[in-house]
Amino acid sequence: MNHTLGLRVERRTAVLVVVMVALMLCLALLGLCYGASWASPGKVFAVLTGAERSVVISDWRLPRVLAGLVFGAALGVAGALFQNLTRNPMGSPDVIGLDAGAYTGALIAITVLSGTSAQLATGSVLGGLLVAAAIYLLAFERGFSGLRLVVIGIAVNAMVTAVNSWIVLRAELEVAIAAVGWSAGSLNGVGWGDLGIPFAIIALLLILMTTRAHAMHQASLGDAVAATTGVALNRLRLLMVLVGVGCTATVTAVAGPIAFIALAAPQIGRRLAGAAGVPLLPAALTGAVLLQGADLLAQMLLAPVALPVGVVSTAIGGCYLIWLLTKEVRRA
Amino acid sequence: MSARLTAREITLRYGERVVSTRLSLDVPDGAFTAIVGPNACGKSTLLRALVRLLRPESGHVELDGREVGGYASKALAKQLGFLPQDPLAPDDIKVRQLVSRGRFPHQSLLALWSAQDEEAVAEAMASAGVADLGDRPVQELSGGQRQRVWMAMVLAQRTPYLLLDEPTSFLDITHQYQLLGLLARLRDEGRTVIAVLHDINQACRYADHLVAMRDGRVVAEGVPKDVVDAALIKDVFELPSVIVPDPVTGTPMVVPTLQGE
Ligand SMILES: Nc1ncnc2c1ncn2[C@@H]1O[C@H](COP(=O)(O)OP(=O)(O)OP(=O)(O)O)[C@@H](O)[C@H]1O
Ligand SMILES: [Mg+2]
Repeated sequence: MNHTLGLRVERRTAVLVVVMVALMLCLALLGLCYGASWASPGKVFAVLTGAERSVVISDWRLPRVLAGLVFGAALGVAGALFQNLTRNPMGSPDVIGLDAGAYTGALIAITVLSGTSAQLATGSVLGGLLVAAAIYLLAFERGFSGLRLVVIGIAVNAMVTAVNSWIVLRAELEVAIAAVGWSAGSLNGVGWGDLGIPFAIIALLLILMTTRAHAMHQASLGDAVAATTGVALNRLRLLMVLVGVGCTATVTAVAGPIAFIALAAPQIGRRLAGAAGVPLLPAALTGAVLLQGADLLAQMLLAPVALPVGVVSTAIGGCYLIWLLTKEVRRA
Repeated sequence: MSARLTAREITLRYGERVVSTRLSLDVPDGAFTAIVGPNACGKSTLLRALVRLLRPESGHVELDGREVGGYASKALAKQLGFLPQDPLAPDDIKVRQLVSRGRFPHQSLLALWSAQDEEAVAEAMASAGVADLGDRPVQELSGGQRQRVWMAMVLAQRTPYLLLDEPTSFLDITHQYQLLGLLARLRDEGRTVIAVLHDINQACRYADHLVAMRDGRVVAEGVPKDVVDAALIKDVFELPSVIVPDPVTGTPMVVPTLQGE
């Protein structure tokens, strides 16, 4: 055990970080090379260093790759936050209806308002927060129970998803087609113009949460021990909800509700790191790798048709879920 | 007898279920206080109120004349260490990691892990007899080992107060006496120990101050020799008994007269 920056870093976590970052770079490079026409890595480096010009690489592929990595990390962290809050591996924002709520907000922004990116972002965040508040009120009964919150969240998710379908059905045809294409969660057509503000928000939220990560881990000792060792639980929980909803909604505003990354990444990361609780860093790295990997697959599977990345992430998530459930059943 | 930690006329309830009404208690400084009483009489509830996990509906819990509710979380955690009756460790945590979590109130964003933390953790693990378990996952330990690991976590917190809810319940007889001996030593070093104990004879042997509870009330309190008699045991536990002097320490020893019932 070595002490970097006063932090205890387990060797296995350090190895994981190195491996994951390498994997991220490889997938990113692949994402820059791959497309309607293959660009050699040499050409990609030349474009990145400014020696050559290529609109396709620098303005189409690069923003998409960065979105895959950053959004993946944001979803991974959001999942880890909610899994910590609910102390339940099923308690991720996509399962308990926060993605769906954010999507409702975004849909309303497009169908009722004019659908500018600021309206989309605001609508998503408000939708996510409203759903979070609703679940919390419904689940809060003399104290905080993670399991109750998850079960109620699943019901809320179903209801909000139905509302979303209804909004799409009622919408004008061209809006509806756009909304459906986006409803699975997709990075198709993401450009620089879509990313500035979302990246800034995500960076801010992640930095904010990093300063409280220590307290979050302390909270995994249970309410009693967390409180008596000095964690201000209510404040911490509020921050976790805000950051989790903020990350989820920001991603949803740009790319739609991308399912299952938030569910699977924190648990895969935790197992790979062999860490206690559900740590944020492995969740972020695994999320980035998963989403970027899924987006590459989505582009390749039926090329030249690009699938929405949500279709692939749902398939990955489904496999993960089956594995998780069989494992839990065996344990029970 | 001075008392920095006091409960004044506190009423404690969970929703509709009232546990204690207008309970008062002075926790004597630098002494070993044992709380005894039958199941469900409100011992854990009282402890939870003292460490501010449960807010009294009325009345005050005060430390140094200040309401505990008014302390900053970490400031209070530097004073009061608490071991719950059934703490639950997160998945896959190792013993040393769990004990290290006791240092949380002494750490901050800029001072995450210090040599002092290192030393406190090592000392706590040695005191609780878990020094050789450091790299084992907590979930794979025996019940008694696990309880000693949690004890080590609270010791690593290095608080002047130790409030312990049944710290010996999973321990074999030798480890029970080792732990009680450790608590007595800590008391001798000037710390204040408050422990819920089920073994009344151990409580009489080690405690300077005995608090007997029943139905959410403090029925008797004081030096064990002065308060423990057959009438009290009958009253608190509904157990007929004779009290004899402990052959080793001379403190009261409760010998039940019930047989095969
Ligand atoms: N979280 C809770 N919600 C509702 N009622 C509770 C809760 N915790 C305890 N109680 C009730 O409060 C009463 C006192 O419980 P408490 O845990 O303080 O008893 P105790 O004296 O510690 O008992 P034991 O010796 O079994 O640990 C009991 O009737 C119990 O059922
Ligand atoms: Mg109890």
